[in-house]
Amino acid sequence: MSRVAGATVQPAAGAGGGALRSATAADASAAPIALDVRADFPILERAFDGRPLRYLDSASTSQKPRVVIDALAEHLGTHNANVHRGVYALAQEADAAYEQARQRVASFLGADARTTVFTKNVTEAINLVAYAWGRTNVGAGDAVLITQMEHHANIVPWQLLCKERGATLRYLEVDEAGQLSPAQLDAELARGDVRLVAFTHVSNVLGTINPVAEMTARIRAAGAVSLVDGAQAVPQMPVDVGALGADFYAWTGHKALGPTGIGVLHGDRELLDAMPPFLTGGDMIASVDFEGATWNELPYKFEAGTPPIAEAVGLGAAVEYLRGLGMDRVRTHERELTAYLLGRLAEVPGLRVVGPPLASDRGGLASFTIEGLHPHDVAELADRAGVCIRAGHHCAQPLMRCLGVAATARASVGVYNETADVDALIDALQAGRKVFEL
Amino acid sequence: MDDLYRDYILDHYKRPRNFGELEPHDLEGEEHNPLCGDELGVHIRVQDGRIADLRFHGHGCAISQASASIASEELMGMELAEVERLGADWMIDLLGIPVSATRRKCALLNLKVVRGAVTGDHDWPA
Repeated sequence: MSRVAGATVQPAAGAGGGALRSATAADASAAPIALDVRADFPILERAFDGRPLRYLDSASTSQKPRVVIDALAEHLGTHNANVHRGVYALAQEADAAYEQARQRVASFLGADARTTVFTKNVTEAINLVAYAWGRTNVGAGDAVLITQMEHHANIVPWQLLCKERGATLRYLEVDEAGQLSPAQLDAELARGDVRLVAFTHVSNVLGTINPVAEMTARIRAAGAVSLVDGAQAVPQMPVDVGALGADFYAWTGHKALGPTGIGVLHGDRELLDAMPPFLTGGDMIASVDFEGATWNELPYKFEAGTPPIAEAVGLGAAVEYLRGLGMDRVRTHERELTAYLLGRLAEVPGLRVVGPPLASDRGGLASFTIEGLHPHDVAELADRAGVCIRAGHHCAQPLMRCLGVAATARASVGVYNETADVDALIDALQAGRKVFEL
Repeated sequence: MDDLYRDYILDHYKRPRNFGELEPHDLEGEEHNPLCGDELGVHIRVQDGRIADLRFHGHGCAISQASASIASEELMGMELAEVERLGADWMIDLLGIPVSATRRKCALLNLKVVRGAVTGDHDWPA
């Protein structure tokens, strides 16, 4: 499969097979791709029915560079022992590896290791805040504010918290362009009952990039606490939790080139100190007697039991890899590729993209519907060309309701994607429309 | 010829048989396939222990809608006792196309909603 570099003519892949596609105005303006790292990802060497793997589902989970796979294997094969317990040399190595991973992860986001908690995933990180902070800070008559564009992980924990505590859950509305309204945020905060505002940094359906720093400043001025879901943001743009000003910032390793089973919660020191623990048991205690226990210091107070040690090491390697690429460059790559994707999607008759129209206003994904083709069929037709996209409600059923659809198809880009992946998708969609005689 | 989207499948998808509402009706059901956003409802009129008339309604992928349309022609006039005995194999055989594990739920949605309406059992298939 020939590689595209800048504006060139390239053979169309997929059901059309072999015919040269002539360069269009869209090609001429297709910006050079900022990254060329496909070769770093072993899985992308796989062929499906003789076709290269065109993976456009990084919003769901990312593929892993060889260095991450090797780091996991090396840890398990050379430095494996339990942490925080052993005196022997091997245990010291495991300890050092785990804490080095924490330090790498923390500094990747400009955070402090002391307030960087490892969890299983971002869903657990949000649940941690809902249980440990929510249940001691939200009560009858209080309100929790979220948005219509949230992933279920940033909806359901708050629904339950509010039901249990007699509080109200309110939603910031999303407009036609997929944006929130600062005026509505101010109006909600002015009601004086909001204790927490939880919202996403980048929407996994709309691609909207929310103005986090501006929002957290307003939230803090109103005396409320902010929690930001950074699952889609961290893999694709520079994130500095200090500059963003969120009291809690949660993300997950498996979307950021790391393994599954490792999530991260960055929290405000004072809030974390004041919170009771979430999960309890070993490691999060300082001492236990027959009557009760005292808690360990941060961050261990929130890390009960044996942590995902190898997974943390894997994530440490992942953030080092991303640091090597440079997150500014990653953002440029994904933005340019998304601009290319939007431009090419516009060629498909009856196709409607939801969310912000400009690539510069969105993260590296595009959710869309095609008239006459249900998203599930769209994904099936794409699969035939070796193109992986997602179809469904993307764990955002309330948002689907707002959009007036049951489901959408979604293509999302990662550092390893190239214009050929987008081309293969478009070819598959056009071929699919023919199959359905549209 | 396409493996999955054969002419008759697409025909049933674009021109579904026995789709709409049925008033009055004796039995009704609603099911969703949350994974992909397929929804299907059914209205059934019963006479002498048989399905005297039925209508499906809803939106979904080509497989879920075509399966409902194809099944509707067989279900028309069927004894309720026989409906209760219908299994997944019946539907898959009726479709006559290879259905992957992921699309199975789409193909079986219509039978799930009909069984739910007739037996009150919403946990099928187990």
